[in-house]
Amino acid sequence: MKGLAFSKRNDLEVLRDPLNLFFGVGFPIVLLLLLTAIQANIPVSLFEIQHLAPGIVVFGLSFMTLFSATLIAKDRGSSFLQRLYTTPLTAPDFIAGYLLPILPICLAQSVLCYGAAVLLGLQVTIHMAASVLFTLPIALLFVSLGLLCGSIFTDKQVGGICGALLTNLTAWLSGIWFDLRLVGGAFQKIANFLPFVHAVEMERAVLRGDYAGVFPHIWWVTGYALAVTVIAICAFLRQMRRQ
Amino acid sequence: MDAIRTVGLTKRYKDLTAVDNLNLTVHQGELLSLLGVNGAGKTTTIKMLTGLTRPTAGDAFLNGKSILTENGAVKAMIGVSPQETAVAPNLTVQENLELMAGVHGLPKAQAKDKITALYSRFGLGEIAGKRAGKLSGGWQRRLSIAMALISDPQILFLDEPTLGLDVLARSDLWDMIRSLKGKITVILTTHYLEEAEALSDRVAILKSGRLLCNGTPEEIKHLAGTDKFDEAFVRIVKEGRQ
Repeated sequence: MKGLAFSKRNDLEVLRDPLNLFFGVGFPIVLLLLLTAIQANIPVSLFEIQHLAPGIVVFGLSFMTLFSATLIAKDRGSSFLQRLYTTPLTAPDFIAGYLLPILPICLAQSVLCYGAAVLLGLQVTIHMAASVLFTLPIALLFVSLGLLCGSIFTDKQVGGICGALLTNLTAWLSGIWFDLRLVGGAFQKIANFLPFVHAVEMERAVLRGDYAGVFPHIWWVTGYALAVTVIAICAFLRQMRRQ
Repeated sequence: MDAIRTVGLTKRYKDLTAVDNLNLTVHQGELLSLLGVNGAGKTTTIKMLTGLTRPTAGDAFLNGKSILTENGAVKAMIGVSPQETAVAPNLTVQENLELMAGVHGLPKAQAKDKITALYSRFGLGEIAGKRAGKLSGGWQRRLSIAMALISDPQILFLDEPTLGLDVLARSDLWDMIRSLKGKITVILTTHYLEEAEALSDRVAILKSGRLLCNGTPEEIKHLAGTDKFDEAFVRIVKEGRQ
């Protein structure tokens, strides 16, 4: 009950920010449209809608880190969080309140992206629903990254780190826009060591109904998601004690 | 029973002693102002009493509950309006109040009644649907205090409630704070001496974390040998009188 009130507030704060709506929904859909238009004129297999849509879904989720981190950093920067620390809310209420409400937003964003992809020619299959469900560990990864960054950085720093750096890392190291094998070498090794390319490959596998193909990618994504969540919780508790 | 009793309350940060062996008693229904120049220890004292900061030594009892060992019970009986206006900017006035009712675990029907009562008490009804971030500083401060009151706290902490407000907004808030006197115990920190004199039953003056004196505004003026409260404050702080 107490935690729910806090979760509801966080949902409303995220959903009522027009910039969040633009970057969370508008921007990924614009990218889908743009790249599909490019594909129509200059066919590139990577930009075929069944390849592109899962990548855009993952890229879209990377903005959730920015939304989540900005919310937490702003709460920390103002006295709002201090006020709530004087209420009967407990540490688990705060952590759940910052993590959980963003997950349904992530799912909704994925549904909208796949919905837009359907309008652009993606075939509707049962695997699409599974693809949406498989975004959950990816969503957890990005939302936990938000909790981590929001617990450490100021809202201005969060803008640079999550808004510019993380979204670019996700874009460049995920194999959405180009095949990583084209670059190869250390770049590909680094990309394969990070979770972003695995998230995209997992989504692509699920969408084409190749459930064996989600391995080993799902381990990378889930492993990173759990590790980041644990680190984020520790970072949040540390700043809570400091405040 | 005293509403607040601090016993040797102390807070040290490495080389700095922010609050030094504070022994203070606040009676139920009383409005006590904590006065002092910057760094006097007012905010640190409030942070300790509200459970935001753990004392390095000593303890404090709020209606008999220790801030060290009965933190949950203490949190259930206090309301806090922090120094900066602490409202959720994208939530409406009503949603901000509902949020605070929710985090205090009030049932929906009870929350609705409380919110209606706060609307009439603070004149918030007309702007109930407005987003808090769009309100003027004075209205945000009103909302902030209303949020602190939704749980019917036994002890209310107001940290610099009128800081940065214009004369009219300040006057409105003073009336509001006066209306609370006698009903709940209020601890107020302020830099405005006229505010402390006008509102307080008693005033405690702090300097460098230590309590210099504690009494009614009249007693403080008498102690300093002047009939002006601001002069009395300056004399006491300059002389470090205890």
